[in-house]
Amino acid sequence: MSSTSLLFKLQEKLGALLISSSVKYPDEVLLKVKADNFQPCCKTLHEYLRSPVMMLFANDRRKTSNSYEVIAVFAAYVYKSWVQVSIDIPADDPRFPSLAKSIYSANLFEREIKELFGIEAEGHPDLRRLHLHDEVWPVGNYPLRKDFTGTALGSELSPYKFSHVEGEGIFEVPVGPVHAGIIGPGHFRFSVAGEPIINLELRLGFTHRGVEKHFEGRKCLEAVTLAECVSGDSSFAHSLAYSMAVEKICGLKEDLNTGYTRGIFLELERMYNHANDLGGMATDVGFSFPAALASVLKEEILQLNDDLTGHRYLKNINQPGELSLEIDQVKKDILKMSLPQIEEDFAELAQLLNNSASFLDRTENTGTLRQKTAEDLGIVGLAARASGIPNDIRKSFSEIHKEAEMTMAIEQGGDCLARLKVRITEFTESVRLIKTFLAKLTPDRRPNYTPAANWPKAGKALGYAEGWRGPVLYWLETAENGSISRCKIVDPSFHNWPGLSYAVLGDIIPDFPLCNKSFDLSYAGNDL
Amino acid sequence: MNNIINNRLRKGILDRSIEPAVLNDLTTVGEQMRDQIMKKFGRSLNIREVDTGSCGACESEIIAANNPSYDISRFGINFVASPRHADALLVTGPVSKNMLLALKNTYDAMPEPKFVITCGDCAQNGGPFAGSYYTLGGVKDILPVALHIPGCPPRPLVIIQYLLGYLKG
Repeated sequence: MSSTSLLFKLQEKLGALLISSSVKYPDEVLLKVKADNFQPCCKTLHEYLRSPVMMLFANDRRKTSNSYEVIAVFAAYVYKSWVQVSIDIPADDPRFPSLAKSIYSANLFEREIKELFGIEAEGHPDLRRLHLHDEVWPVGNYPLRKDFTGTALGSELSPYKFSHVEGEGIFEVPVGPVHAGIIGPGHFRFSVAGEPIINLELRLGFTHRGVEKHFEGRKCLEAVTLAECVSGDSSFAHSLAYSMAVEKICGLKEDLNTGYTRGIFLELERMYNHANDLGGMATDVGFSFPAALASVLKEEILQLNDDLTGHRYLKNINQPGELSLEIDQVKKDILKMSLPQIEEDFAELAQLLNNSASFLDRTENTGTLRQKTAEDLGIVGLAARASGIPNDIRKSFSEIHKEAEMTMAIEQGGDCLARLKVRITEFTESVRLIKTFLAKLTPDRRPNYTPAANWPKAGKALGYAEGWRGPVLYWLETAENGSISRCKIVDPSFHNWPGLSYAVLGDIIPDFPLCNKSFDLSYAGNDL
Repeated sequence: MNNIINNRLRKGILDRSIEPAVLNDLTTVGEQMRDQIMKKFGRSLNIREVDTGSCGACESEIIAANNPSYDISRFGINFVASPRHADALLVTGPVSKNMLLALKNTYDAMPEPKFVITCGDCAQNGGPFAGSYYTLGGVKDILPVALHIPGCPPRPLVIIQYLLGYLKG
């Protein structure tokens, strides 16, 4: 199953709708349609590939073709491919037909396009802003347009309109943006009838830093340090996805040693975060001993990261084309010595949680997201696997993971317990993968590349990596001199926040922290 | 509960100490810190943390300073849930425009005397996000900053060392 066979199938299915279709890289199928055919084409892909809208974004091409481009990206896991559908929109009439009415996962993306580009998704029922808050950002300033000067003009501000739930005995509980813990900012508005939550409205965007615009104009070989600061707990997954996009554009192929080494670091990142979340879930039900054990375990892994790379959060390692370090014999020994202790501590942690009836009672049937709901909302990654959706980029796209016979963790329950179990299974599998990759590393063999000066080219490509939350996606476009002209980032948090607001319905507010931690989504990755 | 106690009796107390060099520094720094806090704050220094657009790594390190390995609270430093309980405000992130009001309100909600600490490169001058259309580029233009802790992110020991340096000075 390859992109080419997918292309033939899609040509057959979509036939007359297509203006052009091609296979760009071995893992990208590009389709071009008329704006009028955008909706039916995307609906067909959504149903045929059983994929949510993985990315939907605009690109300002007014300088060259007097139009905007809108691109929707779907995942075709079976074909190891990403399908991109693009349309052109005239610059003087920036509108396109909304997908959100038939595909829920397009909803937030269309709101984003409207606020950042001023392109309206026609027929979208709710185009309130997400990141540029109405109270601080004047109307009519679209920062991702190329002619945006850097400062917002005008002074027309307005308050944000929350959706209100009305009825006898219903009251609202507003929480945030500054929360009680040491955590990112976000506003949660609960509508509660008695104890059960009947609506949760999330208002995020508080950590919006203008990341995508900030990438523009930078040299593509250098901007990897910025990718590492998009979401601090996934810095390796982000730098990996970014590097992959640059490597595809520059025509570099990752050699096996680099692949294994990256595979090891990707799993280390997964492990410290999963340990952290197990502890977090224990904290949120007041189970303090495992929480303390988990934080010790997380610290162990962070220190292991530090010993291997000099950075606890695995920053400054990935570079397009290579890694700034290799795992030599000394580092191999450090890893081999540390892993048994980590495994032992983790086994004890998992046993503690699994043996506690009161803990299981709190997590089971709490924050349930059924498979159908998760599919409809377009949930991805870990949360999707806990709801019985078997998608994992490592499993489908990566040769080295296939060779290592990776097993995907999957649960059907969709509740906090299922997400906990997926984490436990994944942690164990991560340790196994690291051991497998370690055994395959060939010592002291540095890859040979053409000099970096010859790399940068004009081009566009999609980079992706399965971070611990789920797929981290980078769509990158560069100009001739290798500077970035557009960088669209999608962190799995952006897909999964709506899942959280749905999962808590019917549960009580005291269970919200537990549900929240069971998803553990990034504010920074969502808000960009 | 029985399981936990039995296990501990059987296996002994869980001891995963950090690297000896770090541990040495930590103990020395910590003891001095406790003396300083005892002298200047009467037992404890309470800190409220606010994220104004950080990537989350600084938060993770601040949380790590509270884990059993570093256990910053044994030196008298507590992280509190409300600005009303706080002596100091610890700010991370390059100050997104969306967080300006919340940051000011949090500061205003703190009782006097109070001081502000910034943590991480972003909070000093915007760090990697300096010059972006949506960040204000550092906390010092908004609130009076008494201490900056550098790093991306600063390690737990560095956080503790800088705090001590400030308390001594």
